Amino acid sequence: MHLAYPAVLSALLFCTGLYGVLARRNAILVLMSVELMLNAVNLNLVAFDVWLSKAAEETLHSGQALTLFTIAIAAAEIGIGLAIVLAVHRNRGTSDIDRLRDTAEGHETGGPDTDAPATGTAAEKAEATA
Amino acid sequence: MTTTTLAVLVPLLPFLGAAAGLLLGRTAPGFARPLAVLPTLAAFVLATLVAARQGGGRAIDAATELTPTGSVPIELALHIDGFAALVAVLVGCVATCVQIYSTGYLRDDPRYPSYAALVSLFTSAMLLVVYSGDLMVLLVGWEIMGICSYFLVGHYWETPEARAASLKAFLVTKLGDIPFLIGLFALATDAGSFRITKVLGAVASGGVDHPTLIALLLLAGVAGKSAQFPLHTWLPDAMAGPTPVSALIHAATMVAAGVYFIARLLPLFEASQAAMIVLAVMAAVTMIGSALAALAQDDIKRVLAYSTIGQLGYMTGALAAGDRGAAVFHLLTHGAFKALLFLAAGVIIHAAGTNSLAAMSRMRNLRDRVPDAYWTMTVALLALAAIPPFSGFFSKESVLGAAEHVATGHTEHAPGAAGWTVLVAGLLTALLTAAYAMRLWLLTFRGRGAEAPDHGRQPLVMNAVLWVLAIPSLALGGLAFRLLPDWFDGGDLAPTLTTSVLGTGVALVGGIVTYAAWRHTTAVGARVPLGAVAAHPEGDAALVEAEAIASHEPAYGNVAYAPDPSDPGRLLLGPLHRHAAVGFHLDAVYSALFVRPVQAGASLVRFLDREVVDTYVRGAGTLPRWLGAAVRRAQTGNVQTYVSALLAGTVVLAVAAVLVATGA
Amino acid sequence: MTLAATVGRLAADPMSTAAGSPGFLSPTGVEIAFLLVGLVTFGAAVVTVTTRQLVHAALWLVVALGGLAVEYLLLTAEFIAWVQVLIYVGSVVVLLLFGLMLTRAPIGRSPDADSGNRWAALTVAVAAAAALVWVVVDAFRTTWIDLDGPAAGSTRVTGASLFQNWVLPFEALSVLLLAALVGAIVLSRKAKADSARTARATSAERDTPAALAEPDTRSDTEGAR
Repeated sequence: MHLAYPAVLSALLFCTGLYGVLARRNAILVLMSVELMLNAVNLNLVAFDVWLSKAAEETLHSGQALTLFTIAIAAAEIGIGLAIVLAVHRNRGTSDIDRLRDTAEGHETGGPDTDAPATGTAAEKAEATA
Repeated sequence: MTTTTLAVLVPLLPFLGAAAGLLLGRTAPGFARPLAVLPTLAAFVLATLVAARQGGGRAIDAATELTPTGSVPIELALHIDGFAALVAVLVGCVATCVQIYSTGYLRDDPRYPSYAALVSLFTSAMLLVVYSGDLMVLLVGWEIMGICSYFLVGHYWETPEARAASLKAFLVTKLGDIPFLIGLFALATDAGSFRITKVLGAVASGGVDHPTLIALLLLAGVAGKSAQFPLHTWLPDAMAGPTPVSALIHAATMVAAGVYFIARLLPLFEASQAAMIVLAVMAAVTMIGSALAALAQDDIKRVLAYSTIGQLGYMTGALAAGDRGAAVFHLLTHGAFKALLFLAAGVIIHAAGTNSLAAMSRMRNLRDRVPDAYWTMTVALLALAAIPPFSGFFSKESVLGAAEHVATGHTEHAPGAAGWTVLVAGLLTALLTAAYAMRLWLLTFRGRGAEAPDHGRQPLVMNAVLWVLAIPSLALGGLAFRLLPDWFDGGDLAPTLTTSVLGTGVALVGGIVTYAAWRHTTAVGARVPLGAVAAHPEGDAALVEAEAIASHEPAYGNVAYAPDPSDPGRLLLGPLHRHAAVGFHLDAVYSALFVRPVQAGASLVRFLDREVVDTYVRGAGTLPRWLGAAVRRAQTGNVQTYVSALLAGTVVLAVAAVLVATGA
Repeated sequence: MTLAATVGRLAADPMSTAAGSPGFLSPTGVEIAFLLVGLVTFGAAVVTVTTRQLVHAALWLVVALGGLAVEYLLLTAEFIAWVQVLIYVGSVVVLLLFGLMLTRAPIGRSPDADSGNRWAALTVAVAAAAALVWVVVDAFRTTWIDLDGPAAGSTRVTGASLFQNWVLPFEALSVLLLAALVGAIVLSRKAKADSARTARATSAERDTPAALAEPDTRSDTEGAR
């Protein structure tokens, strides 16, 4: 089998996950997209491991081992991530990524300079939610 | 104690008094009065003692060099001859009187301690000028007087007039002091020393190469300090200060310093014919102009101020005639009667509640309210008008006699033209002096109208001082003109017949004409009500005076002038009155020549700074601010935006890295 | 081309053993299967990130992850494939569904599932995809995987490799999982004041995440073993 097939599929899946991370509003959907990206990497690892294990004399099967590790870490990540999302949801009443803007310029200490952008983003938000 | 020690103590005591007064004034106000009066009084006594010991004999010279300067040496030197001894006595006497008078005059003033300390410092500086035998040390005293006059003239700094006047006094005298300083340096370079004795020795042996230049430079400083034309404009405005300060400045210190300085260095000036002519013309213009201006003033103190300028003109005239004996003689008598005039004027202002002659001429019986001031002021005005046998007569006659002496060519010291100039101007001024003295007396004491307000008797110290000063005003001239030649250069100071008759005659004419004019105009005065009096007549004299000065401009439209049709001066001067009242527009000329160009330059610089330089500065700040605003807009707090930007950059970098790695 | 040379040098030896790699126009059966399943997987992934129904997104994720498991099988990595099915499809997706429900995600179409960042995200994603595909294709278009012979990822092979060569990372990973377990519990607990205020209202919600996280992560660990 051509190595290009799994490699291209992996790249496409990764970019799909990337799009999801950047475009999704709900934090849990973002987590799903992160899973997609991780799986794309896993596919890459497996494909190259298979290729190398056939081609080389000796192999450690490092690709598959790493895939297993990645899966385990992804499971841990999803647990922690969900806990964080739930905590945020409990505190803020929302799990929308683009409403969590505590780091914005002029947040809470809105001076005359920072008023305009703040109201601008508020309007933007209103627009987006409408 | 040796005479030298005594002489050193004379300027030192008031200085220590001033230092102690400034240090203790706030913490121990009870000591302010003794600290003000006693050192000055002690200095007066010591100065008298020094004068008695010196006795008109050989000059006392003592010098010590503190440290070598590397070039022309500067020494702490004393040079006490007859002039110095007698002028120091006068300074001590007037300063003591002023200090005693001030304890009554400013009795409720919260700033009295600093005021008294500054007066002491002023006295000390003048005594230093008088006794100093070194020109640099003399300059120190000279400049201390400048700064003290600034502070004292501005004593009522709440009023804008006082602030402006103090600044003006400082700037105008400084304007003269800069050429003065250069002249001193040039003189020391030529003569090789700052010691007056050595300088005079160099002059006598012809060692000074540029006498005219040096004399003219020094003359600028003298004109500034002694209020001679064209640098006299600060003196009338300095009337915004308290009356005792005016008395001090006009009688004994400051203005006397310039005349005294020329008297000290007269041989240097005599070495230059041009300088003597300039001196004579300056004296003549000063005399006549100031006498005319005095006739038109409304503020009683400004009349006296212009009269001071005129009398100083007499002194410089005598110096132009090469007779420093006559000049210092007039300085002494003038010091006595001018101090008396000012102090009496202070009493009158307090009693009347106004400083305006127009307002006083509408008060009946003002003389009964202040009998002491009335009598002493009459004596002083007669002395001023040079009526025999008052002291002013003898000193003025000695000046006129000296001028006549030069004019008729009996001396080679001074050019004949200078003599004629001084003689003619002096006679004319004698006429005008008598006129304005008469006007002042008539308007003040012979007013008609409402009864003068009664504020009770004036403080005893103030009246006592008036009587003390009345004695020399009355008798000094007659007693001294025989004795003084022994102290001075030995020239005869006795009045000559010609000038006596001429001088007294024109003075009488001036007085009578003024009286006639007054009789003519006084009927009008009753029909035109005019005047304003101080709001707090029960306050101490200083408060009343400050209010009077502050209210003169709002009440009459000008600090110097009142629209009073009953003023005899108006009748006498005719169309000239308008110009004389404002000092012949010299202030306006200065304003046009110096003040406005400087202000225009300042506004130009301000414009350049605000509009041009600041534009660059603002522009330099605006660009980063715009950049900052642009960057700030990116900081939305939206994590997804951040990550988008981050990943976009990663993609771009990765593509770039791949392209570079493959050599594309 | 030069890129291919660069990467090709790295893969020079394997290439020589896999001599005579066939072209793309004559695919083998495995390739066709891989291609079809890959299309399904990619389509499911795209639907996952674009659908407006949140629960559907999770379900489409199941399809995508399952498709990946099939791809692993096609690549002869059997053990990985079963682990994928067990953990991802079995637990992670369930966990995500629980998360959706606990955050009261709307069931049905939600109009605001995408944020305002969508177009920027699309641009970045497409650019990244183009760059990656270009590089990958350029580098590996001639590389051939020989799938014949014994399976490269059978349970025996993988287990031997894991417990011969990867024991230490494996143990370290178990410590990490323990830490994640503890962290999830700590995060899920409410602050005391907070709990006093909202204890009555959301008493059920309080313990659920911890309870959820605990068995799942444990099962992950076991699954990995």
